[in-house]
Amino acid sequence: MHGFIFGIYPYIALSVLLIGSIARYERDPFTWKSSSSQLLRRKQLILGSVLFHVGVLIIFFGHLFGLLTPLAIIDALGISHEAKQILAMGVGGIAGVMALSGGIILIHRRLADPRIRATSSMMDILILSLLLLQLFLGLLTILVSLQHLDGVEMVKFMRWAQAIFTFDPRAASYTEGTSVLFELHIFLGLTIFLLFPFSRLVHMLSAPVRYLWRPGYQIVRSRKRDFKHPAE
Amino acid sequence: MKVRAQIGMVLNLDKCIGCHTCSVTCKNVWTSRDGVEYAWFNNVETKPGIGYPKDWENQQRWNGGWERTKSGKIRPKQGAKWRILANIFANPNLPEIDDYYEPFDFDYDHLKSAPEMEAFPSARPRSKISGERMEKIEWGPNWEEILGGEFTKRSQDYNFDGIQKEMYGEYEKTFMMYLPRLCEHCLNPACVSACPSGAIYKREEDGVVLIDQEKCRGWRMCVSACPYKKIYYNWSSGKSEKCTLCYPRLESGLPTVCSETCVGRIRYLGVMLYDADKIAQAASVEREQQLYDAQLDVFLDPNDPEVIAAARAEGVPEDWIESARNSPVWKMAMDWKIAFPLHPEYRTLPMVWYVPPLSPVQNAAEAGAIASEDGMPDIKSLRIPLQYLANLLTAGDEAPVVSALERMLAMRAYMRSKTVDGVVNIGVAKRVGLTPHQIDEMYQIMAIANYEDRFVIPTTHREVVEDAYDLRSGCGFTDGNGCSAGVSQGKLFGSRKFVTPKDGWQ
Repeated sequence: MHGFIFGIYPYIALSVLLIGSIARYERDPFTWKSSSSQLLRRKQLILGSVLFHVGVLIIFFGHLFGLLTPLAIIDALGISHEAKQILAMGVGGIAGVMALSGGIILIHRRLADPRIRATSSMMDILILSLLLLQLFLGLLTILVSLQHLDGVEMVKFMRWAQAIFTFDPRAASYTEGTSVLFELHIFLGLTIFLLFPFSRLVHMLSAPVRYLWRPGYQIVRSRKRDFKHPAE
Repeated sequence: MKVRAQIGMVLNLDKCIGCHTCSVTCKNVWTSRDGVEYAWFNNVETKPGIGYPKDWENQQRWNGGWERTKSGKIRPKQGAKWRILANIFANPNLPEIDDYYEPFDFDYDHLKSAPEMEAFPSARPRSKISGERMEKIEWGPNWEEILGGEFTKRSQDYNFDGIQKEMYGEYEKTFMMYLPRLCEHCLNPACVSACPSGAIYKREEDGVVLIDQEKCRGWRMCVSACPYKKIYYNWSSGKSEKCTLCYPRLESGLPTVCSETCVGRIRYLGVMLYDADKIAQAASVEREQQLYDAQLDVFLDPNDPEVIAAARAEGVPEDWIESARNSPVWKMAMDWKIAFPLHPEYRTLPMVWYVPPLSPVQNAAEAGAIASEDGMPDIKSLRIPLQYLANLLTAGDEAPVVSALERMLAMRAYMRSKTVDGVVNIGVAKRVGLTPHQIDEMYQIMAIANYEDRFVIPTTHREVVEDAYDLRSGCGFTDGNGCSAGVSQGKLFGSRKFVTPKDGWQ
């Protein structure tokens, strides 16, 4: 089971994430959206959504750099594993509390507000619940990490994550003997990846940063065709 | 000079009877769907009033349109690009659906299915969003119809700026007018500038502003960017939608649905040639009252040989140039200067223009007393305050509105003496700076308003814009993935199945 969850399931989840997202973007672009419900109810959204998104973004990039930066680079920079783990626990903890409290506001709004409830899909509620559970699990792991501040456990997960992306067949063996909380957290994380292309989470891939350097303000489209090849 | 063509519209408010035929036909064609029940691409407001959505004209509150920075450039009033992105998780300028109204329907079925009761059964309202009972409807799409509601509420109208408005609450002094509104298809659209996805665009060949539904991600910045609040977020599809100026009809040379069905024949459609290079300069002039003149300066005279040559060089088709010469919009906006843009102070350079309405002279006693020259009453004695119209149409500058109203009164006086007395009154024409020939033409276009005079619409040159061979057996307008909708029952990615009207009957 351990071998499946840490050695095979990541590839299933990431493949579905990748292929599913491409298929959806290509086949059904009309469904690719953020599904904002702010129009229907402003109350609770402003605070909840900002807390949630800012928190989740910090956590996301924290995980990305924390797990996937090669150990050699960390060592070359002279960052000790202890310092890195304490940084991760501190920043991750604060961002986690932000995201969790924002998420609780949002799920309350989604379930208690009749307008939002009526316009929510099953997937909207499921994915938000899973994210909240994941945030909660993530915060719980801080308690486990407090038991061993030397960063050894963290390095195990870094090696595992990097092994997945370098197709190392021994990936699963790197995380043997870690706390069941971490295992649950990773399993749920991979499950969220699996559900990603079927949920509203796809809007992440459309984060409009390009807007910042889009030239000018106006966009004009011309339908004039190229007449290089007139009717033959 | 970069010549572009734009289909513009003029609405002659002097003839609008407020029947809402435009709104209803538009709704039947475009927005009788889930998620946009509350949206009226075209609506008719009674003025004075706060309008739909509430208080839309007040940009202190909604931050729509553009603002001029100290450096003399313009930027969206919501903020520069980084500020717009910073608000993407929660847009502080977005109206809530209650600012429009909560869409509702009535339990009609109860009328026939109710059990035997003491009281006669009634159809009570139910929310179209949550499906819950609505005990009381607090607001609707046209709540202020014909001065409905208290004056204290209606007088929050932004156009009362600088007017001693209290007296207009008195029954004897009250006034009203209708204002049909739709997307302005601006030359400098704020919605386009605010769309983080780049989904909104202006079409080069006819100036129609459209939202690419497959590219829209529902960041909803356009809704707050548009100062006219004419972009609507579809809460069901999660995409923004707007008036399309009925472009499929325009492309075939037909007027928009609202124009076609207007019983008062108040709407005009025509081509305007403009200089795209002048837009930025015109939109950023310093004083708001200069914006009307600055926009006039952007338009190009289709009779000028230089303009014609430049238009040909840009690939504007010959029949479009010809239509621009016969354009009723050109005549009303440029030749006679009786049509004006709606709220030019938003700096969007709107392209739906309005002829201000005449109104009765204040009261009969005064009417007898005023000096009427050539059968024309003093313009200041009209019931609708000039300042009010100027706030609506020229950023508060009364002079152009006075001139327009005088020309319309002159047309009446001139035609009265011509048809009743059989005298051509050159004096009245001269007084307002028009020739008798011009007044005859004004009368033909504004009073008789024949179909072919109101709508001068060149067709799209399909040979230039698309390959008709690719369009064969197309499926017309659908949400979502082309014609595949309707084939399978469920959908993997959670979109709703597209239901054609025919499916709906089954």
